[in-house]
Amino acid sequence: MSVIVKIKKKFSFLFKWFLKKDRMKIGIYGPPNAGKTTLANRILRDWTGDVMGSVSEVPHETRRARLREGVKIEVNGKSVMLDIVDTPGLATKIDFHEFMKFGLSEEEAKKRAKEATEGVIEAIKWLDDLDGVLMVMDATEDPYTQVNVTIVGNIEARNIPLLIVANKIDLPNASPARIKAAFPQHPVVPVSALKGMNIDTLYREIAEKFG
Amino acid sequence: MEGVQLNLISKDRLDKMASMEKIRMILEEVKRGKIVVLESGLTPEEEAKLIELTMLEIDHDKFVGIEVESYPQKSRGFLGKIFGSSGGRLTVIGPANRLKTLQKSDEFIEALVSLGDR
Repeated sequence: MSVIVKIKKKFSFLFKWFLKKDRMKIGIYGPPNAGKTTLANRILRDWTGDVMGSVSEVPHETRRARLREGVKIEVNGKSVMLDIVDTPGLATKIDFHEFMKFGLSEEEAKKRAKEATEGVIEAIKWLDDLDGVLMVMDATEDPYTQVNVTIVGNIEARNIPLLIVANKIDLPNASPARIKAAFPQHPVVPVSALKGMNIDTLYREIAEKFG
Repeated sequence: MEGVQLNLISKDRLDKMASMEKIRMILEEVKRGKIVVLESGLTPEEEAKLIELTMLEIDHDKFVGIEVESYPQKSRGFLGKIFGSSGGRLTVIGPANRLKTLQKSDEFIEALVSLGDR
């Protein structure tokens, strides 16, 4: 790595503070089935009347990143203009047998697995072009997964703003506190993207963090 | 003797290797069914690169990916961001069909290594 690149990287958080953009490109990241597309759909439905894409209980439903430009969020007189990227779920392994458990044929499962591997690569590539990240974690699951650790570590290394969304708080065994304990250095907003629970708090945090 | 081979790589050796050299070495060993233990781990960028290259290597029959066990990075303060290094912590990497996480916290990881494929 050249000295200039190293210096630029080290001081990028200072540059970003001084040169704040009026339009932020925000990536929605997380493991498969955390509710990324459900959250993207909720945000788009609330602020544009549109949706981002289909959701499914079968993991890796989103296998290509989707970009929606010009989403304006206004809360308490503060507004932020976002370009939202809904990324495929990140994983360290993809076994087509897992998809067959949901009734997919072997051929369909293998095709989905291949597309899912490409989706993971695409999601990682997007990290270099973002101004901020909404990291979606399933509040009913253990937050200390390698995918969560790797994504958070990469966002910290790039010095871009991060907001952790503890999703699925409508479920009885949800524990946003576990996520807060795992990543105490970042703000955590508990929501149910599906039911819209606490979603106004998330919009307020988005306007604060990315505005 | 039947068993799983563990390769324990010291920090000194890792420090001498370029990022891609480390990642290639890890992937080659893990694809052979070995468990790789890195004393000083990988940086977050290297972890992301490892995941990226793993995705390219998945063949859906013999190799379905990797399992990585490492601790969250220690948070760095203002001065740490400017002067600190971004080295990783102890990391264990193995084939996804052999290494399974049982329990993980900020300071403790419990994992299971199986002899069979699943």
